[in-house]
Amino acid sequence: MIENHDHPIQLLNAEGERVHHAMFSELVADIDDRRLQDLYEDLVVVRRVDSEATALQRQGELGLWAPLLGQEAAQVGSARALADDDFVFASYREHGVAYCKGVDPTQMLRFWRGSTHSGWNPLEYRMTTPAIIVGSQALHATGYALGMKLDGSASAVITYFGDGAVSQGDISEAFGFAASFQAPVVLFCQNNQWAISEPVSLQTQVSIAQRARGFGMPSIRVDGNDVLAVLAATRHSMTHAREGNGPMLIEAVTYRMGPHTTSDDPSRYRPAELDDEWKLKDPLDRVHKHLEREGLINDEFLARVSDRADRTAADLRRGCLETVEPAPMTLFDNVYADEHPLVSEEREQFSQYLAGFEGSAR
Amino acid sequence: MNNTTTLPLGKALNAGLRRALEDDSKVLLMGEDIGKLGGVFRITDGLQKDFGEHRVIDTPLAESGILGTAVGLAMRGYRPVCEIQFDGFIYPAFDQIVSQVAKLHYRTGGNVTMPITIRVPYGGGIGAIEHHSESPEGYFAQTAGLRVVTCSNPADAHLMIRQAIASDDPVLFFEPKRRYWEKGDVNLAAPIDSYPLHKARVMVSGTDATLLAYGPMVTTALRAAEVAADEGISLEVIDLRSLSPLDMNTIESSVRKTGRLIVTHEAPVFLGIGAEIAARVTERCFYHLEAPVLRVGGFTIPYPPAKLEEHFLPDVDRILDALDRSFAA
Repeated sequence: MIENHDHPIQLLNAEGERVHHAMFSELVADIDDRRLQDLYEDLVVVRRVDSEATALQRQGELGLWAPLLGQEAAQVGSARALADDDFVFASYREHGVAYCKGVDPTQMLRFWRGSTHSGWNPLEYRMTTPAIIVGSQALHATGYALGMKLDGSASAVITYFGDGAVSQGDISEAFGFAASFQAPVVLFCQNNQWAISEPVSLQTQVSIAQRARGFGMPSIRVDGNDVLAVLAATRHSMTHAREGNGPMLIEAVTYRMGPHTTSDDPSRYRPAELDDEWKLKDPLDRVHKHLEREGLINDEFLARVSDRADRTAADLRRGCLETVEPAPMTLFDNVYADEHPLVSEEREQFSQYLAGFEGSAR
Repeated sequence: MNNTTTLPLGKALNAGLRRALEDDSKVLLMGEDIGKLGGVFRITDGLQKDFGEHRVIDTPLAESGILGTAVGLAMRGYRPVCEIQFDGFIYPAFDQIVSQVAKLHYRTGGNVTMPITIRVPYGGGIGAIEHHSESPEGYFAQTAGLRVVTCSNPADAHLMIRQAIASDDPVLFFEPKRRYWEKGDVNLAAPIDSYPLHKARVMVSGTDATLLAYGPMVTTALRAAEVAADEGISLEVIDLRSLSPLDMNTIESSVRKTGRLIVTHEAPVFLGIGAEIAARVTERCFYHLEAPVLRVGGFTIPYPPAKLEEHFLPDVDRILDALDRSFAA
């Protein structure tokens, strides 16, 4: 397996040049000019969704937003490797994955606006809604994958988590359970170097990819800002899992170019020079450069991409501003699947309390 | 239909689990040592042999891992029944239980259900070393989204475990481990709806005072009632059975009749189930009370070493002492 963890696998370097890899290049041999343009469009749209959401937060429309700026390739590359039947267990920053899974960006925002705990039906989109408890979702993914295995399903699960999460017990337990049960799950770590203010060196003294070996799992360390390499690595790992070979770990080495969330201030803990260094490795720029190099950038294409991004952002903004907020009595909905007398009693009491204000100015 | 036999409580649970595995192919048992060993209390004895390793799953030794994978299995359409080996071992799974199992139905707007049963042998009285004798039910009863029940006798053990597994909501199923070996009649053919899961049961009718207990304390309460009867006092003994939701109607009817209420449990009384019941009884039938509601339970101390547990656990004498105080009020 892929044991060279010092040099993350790269198929497209920061200058936009294709890099040949003996094993991985052929895994993306089907990515022709047209499909490369599509991937670029995904990256641009996802970045635009993210920046529009950040703007909406600044304008008071969202309580919080966790920007994905810089992680577009890690998310688009991995999500575009998935089959429809595969199931995604996400962390809370995977807006790009959700976009690729067909989730309307407006639905994503409702969570961050505080209008709902869950913007979409996880079972319908085969992707969970944000998991705020760090690392918890990797165990859910492992259980779901175990269920797939028991069912004799030909699908697999992918779960996303960050470099901070590898310190959580649930992540280690997920690694152990997944390996022991040979569950068809791909453990996808976006190592964006920062867990709020803590650098990855505080979480682990070896690469995250190296940790897999101790659990008896193969792993791949990939350039997370290289959409082609991420696509190839994820395709390889999902096939590995689907074919009954057990779990795999992918460490996508990327960089959180923005704050942890809109409440964070990275200038307090990380040097601007580091940000500048990573700007040179921007996941969008290298695809743009490559397309240019190949003569695939022209006004018509750029206009199409920018139009798509503009329309998505406009829809997002309109959808956010037109949000119908939940009615007070929905407080008591779906606490239990079956009737629960105490919830029913409190619902009734609160309803009567509210009714007491009818006709008053409250 | 009747197929009554005499079984110890632990064997009744085993029969109930067997029945649940037979009735629904989506039911899975998972936990530590539940396979070949049959669990440290042998509650799952023989089930892996009969249903296979894919239905009765020995898991790695990690409670959060057990509950976290159960969440994923439930999302996939399974009905996991998780065994926590001992009460004091449940805390590593606390986050998965209260943040995920309890809340996912609410968090997903009802799209995801969590039909997970969490079996917990609980309580003291078996001379165990530390972390093996705790009564953590209050933590879970306070968490919205969970149902919490406990059985006190073999017939209920057999019925209630099947009902818990059939529930579309997550159920904490507390098993009175010191009563695992106490025998009673069990109708193995009892229909699953023969008595509601969340309804209390009047075990002995009486007129002078109500004694409310659950789980391992029900046997103690029944003994106290016998002693009281010898002294000419008629105690009504209620087995609460369900801690969330609470069957307040049964409690209220009894208190309206007797005017006195004593609640007993092994868990510390401070902020315990008894405290909630006392508050609600006061709200509902204040003017029917002849005396304050009294609680007989654990002290505000960690569970003590085994050689001291007889002083910690409520017993017949402490219940009768409370009864005296109630009548003196």
